[in-house]
Amino acid sequence: MTVATKIAALSQTERAKRAAKVAAEFADRVDSEARFPREGMDALKAERLMGIMIRPELGGEGATLTEVADICAILGQACAATAMTYAMHQIQIASLSGYAAGSAWHEAFLKKVCDEQLLIGSATSEAGIGGNLRNSLCAIEVEGGTARLTKDATVISYGADSDAIMVTSRRHADAAHSDQVATIFLKDQYTLEQTSVWDTLGMRGTCSDGYIFKGEAPEEQILPRPFAEIAAQSMLAVSHLLWGSLWYGIAADAVARAQSFVKTAARKSPGQVPPGALRLAEASSLLQLVKANVVAGLKQFEACKGDGDALNAMSFSVAMNNVKIGTSQTILTIINHCMLICGIAGYKNGTPYSLGRHLRDAHSAQLMISNDRILGNTSTMLLVNKQDTSLLG
Amino acid sequence: MKETIRNLLAKHGNLPVAVETVADGADLYDAGLSSFASVQVMLALEEEFDIEFPEHLLNRKSFSSVDAIDAALTEILKDQAA
Repeated sequence: MTVATKIAALSQTERAKRAAKVAAEFADRVDSEARFPREGMDALKAERLMGIMIRPELGGEGATLTEVADICAILGQACAATAMTYAMHQIQIASLSGYAAGSAWHEAFLKKVCDEQLLIGSATSEAGIGGNLRNSLCAIEVEGGTARLTKDATVISYGADSDAIMVTSRRHADAAHSDQVATIFLKDQYTLEQTSVWDTLGMRGTCSDGYIFKGEAPEEQILPRPFAEIAAQSMLAVSHLLWGSLWYGIAADAVARAQSFVKTAARKSPGQVPPGALRLAEASSLLQLVKANVVAGLKQFEACKGDGDALNAMSFSVAMNNVKIGTSQTILTIINHCMLICGIAGYKNGTPYSLGRHLRDAHSAQLMISNDRILGNTSTMLLVNKQDTSLLG
Repeated sequence: MKETIRNLLAKHGNLPVAVETVADGADLYDAGLSSFASVQVMLALEEEFDIEFPEHLLNRKSFSSVDAIDAALTEILKDQAA
């Protein structure tokens, strides 16, 4: 039995918990130094969790998005930067597994991801376009079977530590901004010239620096399906669901800390209900809302999986957008409640009840694909979309 | 009907290219149709034909080309007449 098969015999949850333990130990240092969460990511690789969503014929475990979401929630409770890096990597994996089937190069690449536990980054943001991933200025040039691309990428999360990067661009020099393709470039096929430093309030360990990306690769590394289809059917929904899961994780850990604060206070003064207890009950109810929101979203996604029409439906996009808006807003309220419960012990760094990192990390949620942009998008769809008023539908 | 579709696309589609240059079967999203503009065109079609797009036609595919819009409208109008 090889190491890989021995590890795979354990449940994914068990492996994720072991990796999360390592990530938690370094979370504060990753945050204060704004450095790549190397220990957590190395642990995830050692647990062979990078390629689990890939189908078994290619070396993966055929895990569902729900299973990966569970891992994101476990990691979110330990180190948000590790969780976010893992989630973003899985968004790329979902796009590749679902939308490059039958492409020999991409299937061989997915096998390599499993064999070597590679980390895939993505470059969608671009100077002059902002965060709208469905628009590109740069265009890929194909000549004699070679594809060349230069992109002024305002953000490439964990770019310096990626083993490969998926880059969006226009299909050719004359294509409209929204006529995009995605291309996988391997580490030795590109250079990154850093243009900005990721020195932020939270999510500091994702190291989402800006770069001028210059890549050259065989043409076959361009994904065969249009990026519009990948974004609409996979990327947006998968992002909202995996992010929602890890945001739930951040809030869940904050509530756990608040609960332990209240418990300690209760033990000190038996017979009295501590002042924070009522707020804890409120926080617990809000946390359940977040959890229910994510779980319902995952259920809807799994039910639509592989059905292009269902994934393209407006009602599906509205539902996924609502998962994102609801979770990103509510976690801030929850963590704020926890801060009120823990008081100065929560506000201060380095206590068992510290919540500063949680609160700062959680603030990124409403900005990662701006909630205003998403609300604008939903409001457009609601002009024609009919509301599903059923409870279970 | 395609004439009306093309007129409304020209008015509300906000395409970066002239509608006349887009073939009936060509992908409108590739031609630069945004999701916001597609909804505006949909609203204009609902107003023009006094119809409502049913849930199963509210997706990207129904608006992917002039032909696709034409097919969706034909289906709605046929259902309405029935």
